[in-house]
Amino acid sequence: MSETLTKIEIITRPSKFDQLKLELAKIGVSGITVTDALGCGIQKGFVEHYRGVTREINMIERIKVEIVVCKVPVQSVVDTARKICYTGKPGDGKIFVYELANAIKIRTGEEGCDALQNDK
Amino acid sequence: MNDSVFMFFCTLLVWIMTPGIALFYGGMVRSKNVLSTAMHSYIPMAIVSILWVLIGYSLSFSPGSPLIGSFDWAGLKDVTFKANPDYSETIPHNLFMMFQMTFAVLTSALIAGAVAERMKFSAFTIFTILWSLLAYAPVAHWVWGVGGWLRELGALDFAGGNVVHISSGVTGLILAIYLGKRKESNTSTPHNLPLTLLGGSLIWFGWYGFNVGSTLTLNELAMTVFINTAVAAAAGILGWILIEWKINKKPTMLGSISGAVAGLVAITPACGFVTPASSIIIGFVGGAVCFWGVFSLKKKLGYDDALDAFGLHGIGGTWGGIATGLFATTSVNSGGADGVFYGNFTLLLKQLAGIGATYVFISIVTFIIIKVIHTFMPIRVNEEEEYLGLDLSLHGEKAYHESNI
Repeated sequence: MSETLTKIEIITRPSKFDQLKLELAKIGVSGITVTDALGCGIQKGFVEHYRGVTREINMIERIKVEIVVCKVPVQSVVDTARKICYTGKPGDGKIFVYELANAIKIRTGEEGCDALQNDK
Repeated sequence: MNDSVFMFFCTLLVWIMTPGIALFYGGMVRSKNVLSTAMHSYIPMAIVSILWVLIGYSLSFSPGSPLIGSFDWAGLKDVTFKANPDYSETIPHNLFMMFQMTFAVLTSALIAGAVAERMKFSAFTIFTILWSLLAYAPVAHWVWGVGGWLRELGALDFAGGNVVHISSGVTGLILAIYLGKRKESNTSTPHNLPLTLLGGSLIWFGWYGFNVGSTLTLNELAMTVFINTAVAAAAGILGWILIEWKINKKPTMLGSISGAVAGLVAITPACGFVTPASSIIIGFVGGAVCFWGVFSLKKKLGYDDALDAFGLHGIGGTWGGIATGLFATTSVNSGGADGVFYGNFTLLLKQLAGIGATYVFISIVTFIIIKVIHTFMPIRVNEEEEYLGLDLSLHGEKAYHESNI
């Protein structure tokens, strides 16, 4: 069992969140962190009208899901995320994969792979 | 007794319009300015109510010259439970005074929309005191007071198109020009439209008391006014959102509630003189013309009437005054007059005289008041306070604590 820690960031549509959370839990991802994010890519924005004020919104609402894995294969996380977040249209989002130096569980002080386990 | 119960209820209805305006405006500003904007509409409930009892009612309604009342009724001297037949034979004089108090308060509260997100609270407070006595009281006297010159002339203003809407709208316009634009006026958009919907609905609700109560009795005319008010608001929504749909490709909720208010403003001077069919036209055109005012005219002329006090109340009130001269008929109200569509052109001229006089007088008085205040104190917040938001910089409070940090 390798001790490599990998951080995976998935930026995608908010509407996919519930399903993504469920499927990630099924493949053994022990915890996730989610943030509301704004971003822009090739997908067009939209126009808002408030009486005389016209505002073009180019920043689009997305969620950023952050996951750190050790025992769970990175590829299966990526495959799961792609399967769920895919619509084929611009705006499906991106997945970023990073190597991580260490992880520490605040409650127990465990480090590395042990810090990611939920069985204690 | 029946009329007294009716008028007591109508007074309460008009009262709720002012908190309604505070919410209506509060929802339309950014979240950092919601409380300061609401305060501008709320403080008249304190100031104008007291001034009204002390001196405002006397200046507005006591017999005096054609231009303004006297001090005879100051401190409510001779304003008692006994009816005053000049205004109504069937309700107590002091009930009539209270009904009119809610109008005076509301009018000051409407002005707040024009100066939102930049005017200093202290300056606005002093402005409200002076304006209520030097601008509102004379115009109310002209139109409604015994011996008032517009009343004697025969210009028609049933529930306050001139007194309430044109005067507050024009005042807003002058103040907006004098204060200058907000630093971020191009990107300032409403932070909570459901609040605006709630406030706007309270305003509409209260308007039934405003218009129907202006009959001062529960008779056949009052029911016509009730119907006219309802259909004009409905038609105002359609007038606004149909044009909006055509131009911007989408009908909006803000447009719907704005259209309702526009239709209500437009029918206010006319509601006791026109038929329900005419009211639908007046309301519909009111919605459409106010959309033009806030969407097109404001951009062309470049003034920053932040929440469209002039765009709705000034423009809608002007249209309503003209419409009264077009659609009025003595078949609805024998105490009124016939308009252009009923073969009489002189009423329209009288209406235009009333509107023109209100524009000129209110503009001059407003300009003088704000100029005088400005010589003693700053009237606008500084740049730093404006970016921080007036809630925090002027009032030391925040509407929303959304973050844990």
